[in-house]
Amino acid sequence: MADAVKKIATRESYGRALVELGAEHQDVVVLDADLAAATKTGMFKKAYPDRHIDCGIAESNMIGIAAGLATTGFVPFASSFAMFAAGRAFEQVRNTVGYPHLNVKIGATHAGITVGEDGASHQCNEDIALMRTIPGMVVMCPSDDVEAVACVKAAYEHQGPVYMRFGRFAVPVINDRPDYHFEIGKGDVVKEGKDLTIVATGLCVASALEAAEMLKADGVDAEVINICTIKPLDEDLIIASAKKTGKVVTVEEHSVIGGLGSAVCDALCEKAPTPVCKLGMQDKFGESGSAQALMEKYKLDGKGVYESIKEYLGK
Amino acid sequence: MNNLELAKHANQVRKGIIKGVHSAKAGHPGGSLSAADIYTFLYFEELNIDPKNPKDPDRDRFVLSKGHTAPGLYSTLAHRGYFPEEDLLTLRKLGSYLQGHPDMKKIPGVDMSSGSLGQGISAAVGMALGAKLSGKDFRVYTLLGDGEIEEGQVWEAAMFAGHRKLDNLCVIVDNNGLQIDGSIDDVCSPNPIDKKFEAFNFHVIHVDAHDFDAIRAAFNEAKQTRGVPTAIIAHSTKGKGVSFMEGSVDWHGKAPNDEEFATAMADLEKIDEQLEKAGE
Repeated sequence: MADAVKKIATRESYGRALVELGAEHQDVVVLDADLAAATKTGMFKKAYPDRHIDCGIAESNMIGIAAGLATTGFVPFASSFAMFAAGRAFEQVRNTVGYPHLNVKIGATHAGITVGEDGASHQCNEDIALMRTIPGMVVMCPSDDVEAVACVKAAYEHQGPVYMRFGRFAVPVINDRPDYHFEIGKGDVVKEGKDLTIVATGLCVASALEAAEMLKADGVDAEVINICTIKPLDEDLIIASAKKTGKVVTVEEHSVIGGLGSAVCDALCEKAPTPVCKLGMQDKFGESGSAQALMEKYKLDGKGVYESIKEYLGK
Repeated sequence: MNNLELAKHANQVRKGIIKGVHSAKAGHPGGSLSAADIYTFLYFEELNIDPKNPKDPDRDRFVLSKGHTAPGLYSTLAHRGYFPEEDLLTLRKLGSYLQGHPDMKKIPGVDMSSGSLGQGISAAVGMALGAKLSGKDFRVYTLLGDGEIEEGQVWEAAMFAGHRKLDNLCVIVDNNGLQIDGSIDDVCSPNPIDKKFEAFNFHVIHVDAHDFDAIRAAFNEAKQTRGVPTAIIAHSTKGKGVSFMEGSVDWHGKAPNDEEFATAMADLEKIDEQLEKAGE
């Protein structure tokens, strides 16, 4: 990407959207677990100190408190790193939020390998897989600032539990266009094509678009679909595209086990069997390094996605 | 309500527990019976609730953190008029709304789904915080097992409640001394329970869990306590009221067979007769 392209980390968008929601809605409360500076809920804390609840380093309890608050009419946004919100507190989310279908929103930042230097202990590549197994849970992974803000606001309007996945790494703004429209459960064809369907989520949408550009030079006309809502999945859109192109590649900053790739395969195997190549973390832990270096090493940047697709098409 | 009336209600609650668990051929009678007097006092005396309006936003809340003793809660709710007592016989059966563990979506009067130990108290803390944030004066009660407090999350919740000075929160520990694998002292002792809650900035009250005067005094003291949450350590007898279940770890999670059911009901009928005589 050229330097001129605006880049914003979606955790920043989360913090900003919360402040906007807080101004409009008195029932919005934000919970954090001693990471307000990192998750960017500190912005909300500054604006509405009485509605920001720091639960200390106790994520499991934070999820329970959010559930209790939801039963008293508040709309809590419980925030932490994806590793702790979806990982450590999985069973609390499952039993105390998911099972009673409470109106709790989980804002999980620092997802995926682009956490960077902190290394594998903090790089959550499993959260989508965990969260999408919970009945009634909406799972979203926005691709840029515009989509992240829209996703937070849609989460507020939605009745029921929502898991939102945000990143630490500044990513290109790709949805800044007048006709952009966000709706939970709707995918977005960001580039039309006929030879191949690339389904991507989160920061990998920008990588997929870059890869599609490179493929064009090789004479491959790829369609790129941005899936922000992994659950409920826009199956119709994916199936229609798969039927048109006959080849599907999924790209995600997440394990290829249980994430977007699996969700796409689940949909296609039943309704439109199509070969699928799943790009993402190939059943591996990450490691320390800069976000950019990790994206390159694990082939999730534009060039890496392009090379992986070329290799797949060459087979 | 006087103590005799409360005792009569508690005995009906105990009968409902035995009937439900016997019908289900599964469930947790021991910890349901040990807490029966607490349940009865809460729902017939303490809580500001209305069975005809179970979702009243200003009602007091009760969270059964030790969710496996659902038969005790269900029997109390049924006896209090939230749903028909004969439905207790559908406990744990396919198609019944009386799930094995409390389900707030299905059961009138259940304020929080629970069953995974250590989680109910966090939700109760969230409710108490919700009352404070919205300026409402309802109170929140939560009942924990003494084995349950081995869960670390209980202490995360206690730390938060103490830190936030949630004096509208009343934690009750059913201290019957037994958990599935044996005595709490043998398994992984949570003692001293009182000093732990004190260390987490709670006001702590010890009470005989089967003495209504003591229970009444404890809840009154909790209500008058300002600036800190209260923990009531309720010293109880597991299986209370049924001769062969009392003090026995075997009846933590087992249903009586037909013969045992008859003995248990006869025990409780005898208590009924004694209570009737006492009232004459």
